Amino acid sequence: MSNLKETFLTPLGLNNPVAVQVLGICSALAVTAQLEPAIVMGLSVTIILALANVVISLLRNTIPNRIRIIVQLVVVATLVTIVSEVLKAFAYEVSVALSVYVGLIITNCILMGRLEAFAMANGPLDSLIDGIGNGLGYAIILVIVAAIRELFGAGCLFGIQIIPDCLYEAGYMNCGLMLMPPMALVILGCIIWYMRAKNPELQEK
Amino acid sequence: MKALRNFLDKVKPNFEEGGKLSAFRSVFDGFETFLFVPNTVSKSGAHIHDTIDSKRVMSFVVIALIPALLFGMYNVGYQNFLAAGHGNESAIEMFAYGFLAVLPKIIVSYLVGLGIEFTVAQWKNEEIQEGFLVSGMLIPLIVPIECPLWIIAVATAFAVIFAKEIFGGTGYNIFNVALITRAFLFFAYPTKMSGDQVWISKESIFGLGYDLSNNTVDGFTGATALGQVATGTTTNVVNAIGESVSLQDMIIGLLPGSIGETSVIAIMIGAVILLWTGVANWRTMISVFVGGACTAFLFNAIGSESNQVWNLDWMEHLAVGGFCFGAVFMATDPVTSPRTNCGKYIFGFLIGVVAIVIRCMNPGYPEGMMLAILLMNLFAALIDYVFVQRNINKRLNRVK
Repeated sequence: MSNLKETFLTPLGLNNPVAVQVLGICSALAVTAQLEPAIVMGLSVTIILALANVVISLLRNTIPNRIRIIVQLVVVATLVTIVSEVLKAFAYEVSVALSVYVGLIITNCILMGRLEAFAMANGPLDSLIDGIGNGLGYAIILVIVAAIRELFGAGCLFGIQIIPDCLYEAGYMNCGLMLMPPMALVILGCIIWYMRAKNPELQEK
Repeated sequence: MKALRNFLDKVKPNFEEGGKLSAFRSVFDGFETFLFVPNTVSKSGAHIHDTIDSKRVMSFVVIALIPALLFGMYNVGYQNFLAAGHGNESAIEMFAYGFLAVLPKIIVSYLVGLGIEFTVAQWKNEEIQEGFLVSGMLIPLIVPIECPLWIIAVATAFAVIFAKEIFGGTGYNIFNVALITRAFLFFAYPTKMSGDQVWISKESIFGLGYDLSNNTVDGFTGATALGQVATGTTTNVVNAIGESVSLQDMIIGLLPGSIGETSVIAIMIGAVILLWTGVANWRTMISVFVGGACTAFLFNAIGSESNQVWNLDWMEHLAVGGFCFGAVFMATDPVTSPRTNCGKYIFGFLIGVVAIVIRCMNPGYPEGMMLAILLMNLFAALIDYVFVQRNINKRLNRVK
């Protein structure tokens, strides 16, 4: 049981896919201008990763080694398509905001990494937990970056104005750079900086 | 002088290892070396590049910036008085107004930048790096007068931390710190950095100057020369009250613009100081102008019906906007420009080319000097690498 707990918790902290392994940066920069798309994106990746992990884990002993990447891609592509269609049907505006990035989950390094490194060698339950853990680890970073960007870039969270009008009247202005991807990279860099400063075992000698 | 030296010698033991105030050792050291040339010499090998230490170099640049600063202050006052229809009042009053308008920006920039530098030096227990002496003076000179103080503070903090300290402090930065400050302001708060509302101070300060909120003269325009050409239908440029200006006026510089950039004459005085003291390299400076002139000439020759920036005369291209200021004070930054002589020619030439290309090809950015210098900063190390390798190969061939 403690093994499962560890499988779930390490991706949230010491082995975070974004902040420590530096995977999935592209989408982390692209969808984090607002909090809502970031959360949807994080949840989509979590669901797809968890299900793909389970499917590949069940199939792992029957997949011929030479075509395993193709099989993994087929599984991920199927799940991505389902999630994308569901989003279009039930959350159309968010799916427009996410544009191609839902489809591009298929190329997200976190997915291929977990399928190759974990699901191919572990049972379905472990794989499920690992998928959820890594998906949430990705989602947490997305939410932190998106919250900072939306708060300072647009003055709101979830589209609701947080920064009071009296501040704007006193001369405060939203930082336009926060809404551009370069600033997401700077914020992400700061998170990585913080993680590494706090955990000396992450620093290379 | 003697008394100051004696005082420093007297308090010095407090700051040395084991002294009462040893925690503030680097602060003391910073002030001591600022006031007196340090007398420490290296004990092993010969690796002295020059006899003056970097604080002296920085001081020369600050001195070279003073003509542009003083003229900028006068111009700030002049523009305010002119827009209110009082262009002929006493120069002292105009200067006093400009002085009061610009001074807070200088103070904010130095306070924030030096504050961060001192804190970092103290925290890492290092000597205080003095690179910010120049950046802190450059920042107020390259922003519009109406830029609010708090965003200058935010941008300065951003630039010092992310463009300088994380790369290792003074001498290790890839990009010019003052330009990163300006780039941050430009992209984060575009309404305060461009357009035609920010270049002329609109308030009266301590009873000096005029409140322009609703009493500007007829024909008032606050746009810069480049802004006018970029949005207009001719290459004619007018000043704040709509009078047409000639190339001579552009060189004198009584036009709206960033505080220090308008006067070619003031900048050239600074250039002479920099070249005479050997702080800046003439190769970079000259080749920026050559590159800019060639490119502007080329665009003139092609010509354009719809985009008047293409038709702006090459001499006017060099005289307006931040071209001169960038060429003299920014491109020549010894940290972010190449060290090889051949590299300096290429680096400068490409800055001139890119600046004019951005002005002509991208209507969104009427001024391209900032982006051109930042772009070439990125290539400085590569340019050096190519020329150093070429030199090594040449010599190797000679050995064979």
